[in-house]
Formats: sequence, C-alpha cells, structure tokens
Amino acid sequence: MDYIGEHLLPGQLGHFFVVLSLVASLVAFVSNFKSSQAIDPNLQWQWKKLARIAFGIDVLAVFSVFATVYYIVYHHRFEYNFAWEHSNLALSPKFLLACIWEAQEGSFLLWTMWHCVLGIILIFRAGKWEAPVMTIMSFVQICLATMILGIYFFGAKVGNSPFLLVRHLFTDAPIFQRADYLSIPQMQDGQGLNALLQNYWMVIHPPVLFLGFASTIVPFAYAFAGLWKKDYSGWTRVALPWTLFSACVLGTGIMMGAAWAYESLSFGGYWAWDPVENASLVPWLVLVAGLHTQVIFNATGHSLRATYLFLLLGFILILYSTFLTRSGVLGDTSVHAFVDSGMNIQLMLFIFVFLIPAAIVYISRYKSIPHIDKEENTYSREFWMFIGSLVIFLSSIFVIIATSLPVINKITGTKWSTGDDSEFAYNRIEIFIAIILGLLTGITQYLKYKQTSKEYFFKKIWLPALISVIIASLISIFGKIQYDKYGGGFLIAIHLGLFCAIFSVVANAGYIWAGLKGKWKAAGASIAHVGFGLMLVGILISSSKKQVLSYNTTGININFDPSAKQNPLENITLLKNVQTDMGRYWATYVSNDSLNESGTTTYFKIHMQDKRSKEEFNLYPFLIKATKGQQGFAFNPSKHHYWDRDIFSYISAVDNGENDTTSFKSHPVSVHDTVFYSKGYMILDKIEANPNNSRYHFTSQDTAIVANIRIISRDSLQYNAMPALFIKNNQSNFITDTVFTQNLVLGIGSLLPDHKIELRVKESSDMIPFVALKVYEFPHINILWLGTLIMIIGFVMSIVRRIRTRLTVA
Amino acid sequence: MKRSHIILLIFIAIAIGVLISFMGNLSTYETIASAKQKEGKTVTIIAKLDNSQPIEYDPAKNPNYLCFHIADTLGNKAKVIYHYEKPHDMEKAERIVLKGRMNGDVFEITQKDGILIKCPSKYKDDPAAARKNLSQNQ
Repeated sequence: MDYIGEHLLPGQLGHFFVVLSLVASLVAFVSNFKSSQAIDPNLQWQWKKLARIAFGIDVLAVFSVFATVYYIVYHHRFEYNFAWEHSNLALSPKFLLACIWEAQEGSFLLWTMWHCVLGIILIFRAGKWEAPVMTIMSFVQICLATMILGIYFFGAKVGNSPFLLVRHLFTDAPIFQRADYLSIPQMQDGQGLNALLQNYWMVIHPPVLFLGFASTIVPFAYAFAGLWKKDYSGWTRVALPWTLFSACVLGTGIMMGAAWAYESLSFGGYWAWDPVENASLVPWLVLVAGLHTQVIFNATGHSLRATYLFLLLGFILILYSTFLTRSGVLGDTSVHAFVDSGMNIQLMLFIFVFLIPAAIVYISRYKSIPHIDKEENTYSREFWMFIGSLVIFLSSIFVIIATSLPVINKITGTKWSTGDDSEFAYNRIEIFIAIILGLLTGITQYLKYKQTSKEYFFKKIWLPALISVIIASLISIFGKIQYDKYGGGFLIAIHLGLFCAIFSVVANAGYIWAGLKGKWKAAGASIAHVGFGLMLVGILISSSKKQVLSYNTTGININFDPSAKQNPLENITLLKNVQTDMGRYWATYVSNDSLNESGTTTYFKIHMQDKRSKEEFNLYPFLIKATKGQQGFAFNPSKHHYWDRDIFSYISAVDNGENDTTSFKSHPVSVHDTVFYSKGYMILDKIEANPNNSRYHFTSQDTAIVANIRIISRDSLQYNAMPALFIKNNQSNFITDTVFTQNLVLGIGSLLPDHKIELRVKESSDMIPFVALKVYEFPHINILWLGTLIMIIGFVMSIVRRIRTRLTVA
Repeated sequence: MKRSHIILLIFIAIAIGVLISFMGNLSTYETIASAKQKEGKTVTIIAKLDNSQPIEYDPAKNPNYLCFHIADTLGNKAKVIYHYEKPHDMEKAERIVLKGRMNGDVFEITQKDGILIKCPSKYKDDPAAARKNLSQNQ
C-alpha cells in the first residue's frame, strides 16, 4: 500500500548512517588492532592512518544519526515511532533535546557521541598509546552502534532503531489499513515528554552523566592496553588526568541528578538509595578508589595491581549499571528504571564482551604486574591511602550487592527483598564508611610518602584535630541533633561521623597552608577533600535534622483513623482561605493560578507565617498536567530558601473544586440560638471553657472556649461541630471545624458582651477547595551543594595540574 | 604473618559481619496467603489493585489514611492500610509492590516508600501502552 504523506528519506538516511558508523568502527577496530600488533613502524603508521580515517567517518556518521533524529523530532514527523512516542507539537527545542535522551535509543546515541569526542582528543593526545587505546575505544563504538541498529540477525533482534515507523512497530493496528493513516487524530500529535521530565535538569543532567559514563572507558582502555602490550606502568601518569576527569564528570552528573531530585521532583530528598541512583554511584566509588591507587603507584610504585583492578572494574560496572537500569530487572525495586525493551541478551553480552577479556588479561598477567614486596610503612601516606581506597571499594561492593538483589533472585531463585526501611539498610552501613573516610582523608594529608617521622606528623596534626574537636563538640552540644529514630547507637555514629567530616574539612583546608605552604596550584586534592568533607557534613546535618513541619496538629479527624497515634501524619489538609495551625507556622492556602501559556501548570499559593517571629512568606508548589495519553499530574515542590535551611513543600493531594469566592459571615449568638444556612440550621448547644474531651485536651491553665454546635440539615441528619478559640502567648488562636457534607466551615470569631460569641459561618457553593500539603525542613542543605561545588573545583584543579606535569615529563 | 594479611583478615571479617547483618534485615517476597502466615513480619508483596473494592482516600478528612484492597495472581485478597498520601496514578497501576506486615487480615504499611506503583505511563517505552493508544477512537 502507498501511504500518503510519509517522509521516508530521513529514516533511510539515518539508518544508512547507523550502518556506516557500525562499519566504520569495525574498520577502525581492525586497523587499530593491526597497528598495535605491527612491529614494522612503517606498517604501524599505515594501519594507524587507516584507523584514524575510519574513526573520523564513524564520528561523522554518529553525528549525522543524531542530526537526523533531531530533524525528525524537530519537524514532528510522527510517522516515525521515535517522534510519535517521545515528542509532541508542544515541546520547545530544548525539550526536544531532552526527549531524545529520554528514549533508550537516544541515550545510547548520546553515549556514543561522547565517545566520538573523547576518541578525537585521544587521537591527538595519546601518542604511542593511541593504537591500543583506540582499539578498545572502537570496539565500544561497535557495541554501541549495534544498540541502535535495529536489524534482525539470524532471527535475533539486534538493537532498537530510532528510525522505525509507527506502522512497523504496530503492524497489526487497524489504522494502518488506511493509506491516509497520518491524518487520523492520534497520528497528528505525539505522546510527548513525561511531565516530570519537562524540566531544565532533564536538558543538562543526562549529557553530563553520559559524559561521565563515556569517560570511564578511557582509564579502562589504558589499563587494558597496559596489560595487553605488557607495558605495565608506562600509562599510569599519562592516564591520570583521564581518571580524574572521569571521576569529576561522573561525580558531577550524579550530584546533578541529586540536585534535580531535590529541586524539582517530589521525592522528598536528594538521595534515596534507589537502585538506579546506586547503579551510577558504584562505578564512581570504584573509580575514585582507582584514582587513589593510581596516585599511590605514581608516587611510590605500590598498589599497581589494585589500580588495574579498580580501573577495569569501573567501566565493567558502568556496563552492569546499564544492564540494571535498562533491562527492566529493577522494575519492582526502583521508581525510575526503564522497562524491558527486549534487548536483555544484548545488554548482557555487552557486559561479557568486556568482562571476559579483561578478566583473562588481568588474571593471566597478574603475576607479571610489578609490585614491591616490602610492605608500606605504617607512617606513610600510601599505606593509609590504600586502606582508604579499599574501604571505598568495599562500600561499593556492599551497595552493588544490595542493589543487585533482584538479579541475585533471578539467578538463585531466592525471594529476597530489602526490608520496609530500605534507606536505613544502607545508611547504617554507610555512616561507618563516612566515619572512616572522614578520618583518613584528614590524617593522610599530614603523612608523607614512604616515611613520616612521628614528631612531624603529631606536630602538624594536633591543631586541626583540636579545632575539629571544638567545632564538632559545639555542634553536637548546641546543634540539637537528636535523631533517635533508630536508637542511641546510630545517634552516636552520627555525632562521630560529624566530627570526622569536620576533621576532614579542617585538616585538608589547614594542609593548604601547613603542608603546601599556600601553593594553590598543587592544592587540587586538598580542595577536593574539603569539598568531600563538606558534603559529608551537609548530608549528616540535613538528614539527621530533617523535619516534617506539616504534622497534623489541628486535632481534626484523629478519630477517623484509630491507629493514627502510632503513625506519622505527615500531610496536613489546608482548606482554602482558612488559616491552619501547622506546628511552628500558620499555613493558609490562598489561591491557585495557572501561570504558563498552555495552562498545563497550576501554582498553589500557600501563605506561611512563623508564629513566633511573625515572618511571612509564600510557597508555590505546583502541578503539571500530564501530557496526552496519560492522565494525572506531576506534583512539583516549592522551596523557601534561607542561608541555613530550606522549607520544602509539595502538594500531596488536591481537590480541584470550583474557585471559592464566598467568605465567612458573622452571627452574634448566645447559647441555644439558631442560625440558618442554605441547607438547614444550626444550634449553639453550649459553650465550654477548657474542655478535655476526645477532640481537645485543654487543661485549667489554658484560656480556651469551645462551641458545641449541632447542625440539622434539611434531610434532618445531624452533625456536630466544635470550633474553638484559645489564647496562647497573648494571642488569639482559632480552630475552625468543617462539615464537609454540608459544605460548612464554622469558627468562633470573638467573644461578645452578654455571653455571646461571634459565630463565623462559611458556606461554599461547592465543596470547599483544599490541598493536602507536605512540608519539610532541610537544615543546612546548602553545605552539601557548596561541598559538591568545591569538590568539583578541586578535581578541575587537579586535572589541570596533572596535564601540565604530564607535559613537562613528556 | 604479614601486616597486609592481618588487614585483609580484618576487612573480610567486617565484610562478613556487614553481610550477615544485611541479610538479617532482608524481607522476602511473599504471596498474600504466605504473608498471612508470617503475621507481624515485614514482607514484600507484589499484587494488583482489587478493583471490585473502592479506594478509600479522603484528603479533606485525613490526608494520612489510605485504604485499598489488593489481589494477587493466586486470587487471594487483602485490605491494605497506608499512612501517607495516596500515590499518584494509583488507579492505573499495573502492579503494586508493597512492603509492610500483615496484621490480622489487614496489611499495614508504615514506611512512606512502602508502596511502589508500576504505571504503564511512567516510562513510555512500554509497547502495551502505545498499542492501546493506537487502537483507541477507532
């Protein structure tokens, strides 16, 4: 059948470029391999030339594939499944980019594009290591090209093509019986980008994270080439900037994800030990361990075997994490893993084609890897650095085992699952890792390589140690860290961790003067450690002092849920325009407005007033309506920033009732008076002073009155309401009561002469609009972000310095 | 014995300790029937929403009380109580992963992340959802 209106050329071109990139990377692989193996320098050069040309073609092909995909999405060619499934007409260009890497194929494309960039730099910079390193690089390019190939090979599907037509994918859907199927409404627009992902973080976080992913291949390739070419130690200096770069970018990418989760997703925090988060964290940890052992080896000749192990594993774990997040195996444990895309075998093969050769060369050459028999001195930097690397490595193993439970279950047939408090399962282990690492990062700076005299060490270390003890004690005593949810042991561990983190900051900052004499150029490592220490401080304080502010303290509805007493009531219901008691604050839901042009985002204005300081501010949590094809909303948070804390809130439930314009009417009433409303009448039965009943627990010290009101509706049903007025801290407090079935809100306005009260009655034409809100306080969260920035700066300084020294060496 | 061996042994001992304590805190995947036999013990259940029963959630009255019913593949049913806000898109869930404990006939969830909703729409790489969309409004 001839279909009307299809544009098939871009797809054919795109597919051609995919195949071209596959062939070119194959040629590059073979030529680089030949060049590496050739002994005759002339032959070496011949092969290398061919390899460079082939890699150049690969680069062009990959970028053309990307351009074609962007063209299809930008011009809304919805005959292509990629455009139809991931984009729609409403997306702005930056989100068109985001929707490309939201898709599995698109994220592979992003990954392979970064490899192209890295490969070009390596061709210019790698010198004699070019051919072997590029052999491995080209091999990854082959693997990644197959991921977006989308052809059948002996009956097995290889990769998912981004150029598939919708009618190819859903051949049996009846609409494709029609030649003009593109004119059918559901083909006129795409499914769009998930509302949660329509966020600037989605534009920048994936490229950075994937640069981090992609860059891990370089240390891997150098290490592999070192084993393969039996030049065991020739690469460790030239590859050090690459290891640093990889750790820096991957770390940045992970923390960007954390910032995204915190800033604009209603996860309620920056880190949840979700399997998908862990899957990126683990390679980073292993890489950081490898970075340290690599530095040790360059300085002392120790730890080369460990360096090989860590750098090789770093990339293997990236492949493993790719498998975990994309195979659907995490479906029951993660909130944000991809679903199974039918590529599991291919993804598994992707791991093994690297794991098996790496394991073979590592094990077979293990004995020949140079190592020093004599043990490190206990008063040497390399000894404690190595211990630190080992601790990082072990913690990463713990995290990956815990994350891999679904995989372990699949293999062994067991049915393990983390307990109901899965975050604590990690935190109770990682707190000790934090303690050890905090200590080690501080101490090790004051140790010299090879041998340090005890006098020197103790002379230098006592001051930072003392300062840290003072600061930490002050925080412990006055900081009100009373996180007793998990008992005293864990609380002690938190205080200990806080001391170690502070020690890490103080000792490393001090070392810039005491050890380096203010040589800032060489201070990269110290600065990165200061950043790391600050991150630990920020994490420990903000998590242990994180507070739910929206505890339901109004007293309403407690009877409704008999078990409520033992359970947290983290959400509070705010009726529109009714000031509600929320612990330290008065909260009022003021209005909801749609602010953006398409009307998909609704902002809720929540007015907050601090009871004590009278300070007022507004929170604007918002909802984004889900895109076509899905119902529901994305609930996005709003924050009020202080220098020392964030007030963090999001809407947890909403009633989109009509806009309520009615206000309270006042009726002066005395006991037994009757007030009419549209659906019946109400009688003030009595006024009680300081009652102690199921609703209120006032004592004789309080100054409170409660009105008992009986409401009789037209259908002669009776309801009771108990609005209250009480004086606390020389201030009147009002507790309104609501009768939802009658759309009534009752309150006591004031005491009037002659034993009368001002009864305030609000009647809404429809159900009174309300929101259920959750409000947290994150104290000192900014220390975490500051620490992250400082750590990145430290990394960048180290990279610059190591590139410079490498140049002078070479 | 060399010092490195001692350190290695210490690390192995710690690793084993960590592993044992980690294993001790694991729960297991259970069916509704087997969960009922392990009353009071934290377990994980994968089930579907029982659509024959209403989802009880009235945020105007109490935003911290959600009650619904689940049914697993073996046809067993249970009532579930959760003390946090209703997860979004819960009605559309294909599958719900619940962590909590059986308390009589009621499955109680005390942690906020004790419910994991698997929605067809969460990540759109799910062909079933797209197919459904294509065959709508024929």
